[in-house]
Amino acid sequence: MESITPQLYTLLVFMVIGSVIAIETRNLLSAVISVSAVGFALSVAFLFLGAPDIAITQLVVEVLVLVILIRGTILIDNTAIEAHRDTLALVASLIFFGMLLGFGAMIFGSRGFPEFGEPLMRVSKVYVHTGLPATYAANIVTSVILDFRGYDTLGEATVLFTSILGALAILRRGGKVSGKEVATT
Amino acid sequence: MKGMTLIVRTVTDFVVGFIVVFGAYIVLYGHLTPGGGFAGGVIVACAFILLLLAHGGDVAYSKLPERVGHLLDSSGALAFLAIAWFGLIGGYFFMNVLGKGEPFHLFSSGSILAYNIAIAFKVGSSLFLVFAALATFRRRSFRAMIEDELL
Repeated sequence: MESITPQLYTLLVFMVIGSVIAIETRNLLSAVISVSAVGFALSVAFLFLGAPDIAITQLVVEVLVLVILIRGTILIDNTAIEAHRDTLALVASLIFFGMLLGFGAMIFGSRGFPEFGEPLMRVSKVYVHTGLPATYAANIVTSVILDFRGYDTLGEATVLFTSILGALAILRRGGKVSGKEVATT
Repeated sequence: MKGMTLIVRTVTDFVVGFIVVFGAYIVLYGHLTPGGGFAGGVIVACAFILLLLAHGGDVAYSKLPERVGHLLDSSGALAFLAIAWFGLIGGYFFMNVLGKGEPFHLFSSGSILAYNIAIAFKVGSSLFLVFAALATFRRRSFRAMIEDELL
């Protein structure tokens, strides 16, 4: 685990710079490209951490989201944002971030963080040891998300189904006005 | 929406089949190699989105009509739930009751393969549908909507 730390820190710095550019730039298209760069760097970071499953999912979703967001921002004529940023929002977010750090220090301060690459293995130890004999699935990730934690996946599928349902209801091409159908293309 | 240039359309025709095959591979071998229903479904959806962007709406909807997309989306979600209910035969919800087979073979691990296929149909068709809805969505002014009595 010691050898991959410089690569991870490089990726982390790259992601932080990309996020700052995405927030601070005045052009919507540049912001979209910066967010996607952060996402691709995250998928490479997952590869370095030895999680190819998450890396594939992250990469694929990132490509899809990039296409959708570019498609969405190109349709808008005026992509430059003129309005000034609210200072109250900045102060509030700084306060909440400080509270997060404070509570984290309160919780982890006495016990200390586990070493990098050596996580706490309480429940996951059971999954790793009994994954193959219990489910016969060679990919441990699939055996966890579809067998040990099937309820999680059911909830995730429900969230996706509901959100797509809502998006289609809002963006559909035909509408109804007091009973009769109206096409809005 | 209209399509793109001849170069893009030719390359798309050449590539799109391979993308669908790769997505099916990711789905079917999700319990043996990295991947799974979600990633494979998104890859298949990306193939149809490529068709939609390169050829325009008519060709993409002739391959996967909107009604069929809605049907696949809902039936995928219901199939996932149905396989989970099927576990009640063995005793409890989400129980893996199908034959486990041999590890490291394609038909192993019981109902995990079926879950993967159901999720792939659900995710792929729903993401294609939402992209189609976004791509054909036109930003309309508030006044025009009032004039059309849509609000």
